[in-house]
Amino acid sequence: MRGVDYAVGGRPIFSGLDLQARRGRITAIMGPSGTGKTTLLRLVTAQIAADRGEVRVFGHDLATLSGRDIYGLRRRMGMLFQNGALLTDLSVFENVAFPLREHTDLPEELIRTVVLTKLQSVGLRGAAALMPAELSGGMARRVALARAIVMDPEVLIYDEPFVGLDPISLGVILRLIKQMNVVLGITSIVVSHDVRELASIADDSYLLSGGKVAAAGAPAQLKASDSPAVRQFMDGSPEGPVAFHYPAPDYAGQLLATED
Amino acid sequence: MAAAHNGLVLESVRRLGSVTLFLLRLLGQCLPALGRPRLVVHQIYNSGARSLIIIMLSGLFVGMVLGLQGYDLLQRFGSVEALGTAAALGLLKELGPVITALLFAGRAGTALTSEIGLMRATDQLTAMEIMAVDPLRYVAAPRFLGGVIAMPLLAAIFSVVGLFGAQLIGVQLMGVDKGVFWSQMQGSVELHNVIEGVVKSLVFGTACSLIAVHEGYNAAPTAEGVALATTRTVVASSVMTLLLDYVLTAAFL
Repeated sequence: MRGVDYAVGGRPIFSGLDLQARRGRITAIMGPSGTGKTTLLRLVTAQIAADRGEVRVFGHDLATLSGRDIYGLRRRMGMLFQNGALLTDLSVFENVAFPLREHTDLPEELIRTVVLTKLQSVGLRGAAALMPAELSGGMARRVALARAIVMDPEVLIYDEPFVGLDPISLGVILRLIKQMNVVLGITSIVVSHDVRELASIADDSYLLSGGKVAAAGAPAQLKASDSPAVRQFMDGSPEGPVAFHYPAPDYAGQLLATED
Repeated sequence: MAAAHNGLVLESVRRLGSVTLFLLRLLGQCLPALGRPRLVVHQIYNSGARSLIIIMLSGLFVGMVLGLQGYDLLQRFGSVEALGTAAALGLLKELGPVITALLFAGRAGTALTSEIGLMRATDQLTAMEIMAVDPLRYVAAPRFLGGVIAMPLLAAIFSVVGLFGAQLIGVQLMGVDKGVFWSQMQGSVELHNVIEGVVKSLVFGTACSLIAVHEGYNAAPTAEGVALATTRTVVASSVMTLLLDYVLTAAFL
């Protein structure tokens, strides 16, 4: 991504954003809530287009691609949604088999083998017959991960993979992300605000703030940074340049005023 | 005031344009969707077979009312033998297609809208797009086709059950001659009357399914958004059905 601007309804989300996820590495994208981390993923997956600047995926400028080309690129990517986004009318097995059935003409036995292998790798082979409604949040996310890797993507994108997980599920997801990267060599982009978890697995990391990259480097470098904004985020302090309060008129004045 | 009117007109035009564009994109995906007959058949089952009870019950009662009202009216002119014809024409051309469409909007249309709306709200449609599967082809087109195919079948069943109801009251209860009832009907109902009913229910099926799928697909991804979209489906489908009914009736005269 180079010099990317993006605005929603006149409110700028990004201005001049530069960011790079290198092949075969885990890139962490961190930032406080509302910095547009999810928007960033929507830009990368071409769900929305940048107002200005360039978004390149596998060396292709997304702005120059047709809808068909974008679908072609997406087949080489996998994405893990925050809530899993499993198809609720299909069983766990069928959910994982879904991309295979849609994009390939593999015989049924082969689909079965591939799906069971992928489910085994996330530890849920035994849950193949369950429906998504019967899964816990952590399990749903693991099924979604199995579905995201079923087409053997080159890039895997994780949107807030740690939110709302108990410590055990969190550890499992963390290990899986690392495993996918090391064993399968998948380039991974992880968007999250869980600093400690990310620091333990990321190769590179970016800290977003105010529509720009506030800091970049290896997690250890960010930790050692002396910039106040970076410090505040890494330490999780309420005091610092990032204000706790949403912009508002004077407190005492508003309380004493008769209207509004 | 004028500004509010302008806003309303602008919003209506924008809506109409959005539905038209959606229809064109949807039609483009219908042929590929037919390549997956299993999905379409499943949706015919969902929209059609699951509406059968309500359609048949309503058909029976509407037919019975028709038999009663028709008998009361016709006996004043001493022409109760025309009851079969009156009931058949009323059901085939008008009541069958229209009431089926209204019931369809309430029973199947709302289910379609809320299902697709919830899929939108839970990122399922986005997930499909990321998996390079067009949700228009996988989700919207089969549901649309299912509705278009189910509607004429439901309307036909409605009319048949309705005729049975009319016969039940007219012949069994009021004592109209059975032979006269059926032979008069056979003699005066023509093929083009049947075709009129079929065309109407096809058009209503297209309109109702399109509205239901469009509202669900474009619902705001919140609980309130899905609720609003579901309401809009019922209101828009009902009004559109009655409006189209007038236009088609005028065209067939």
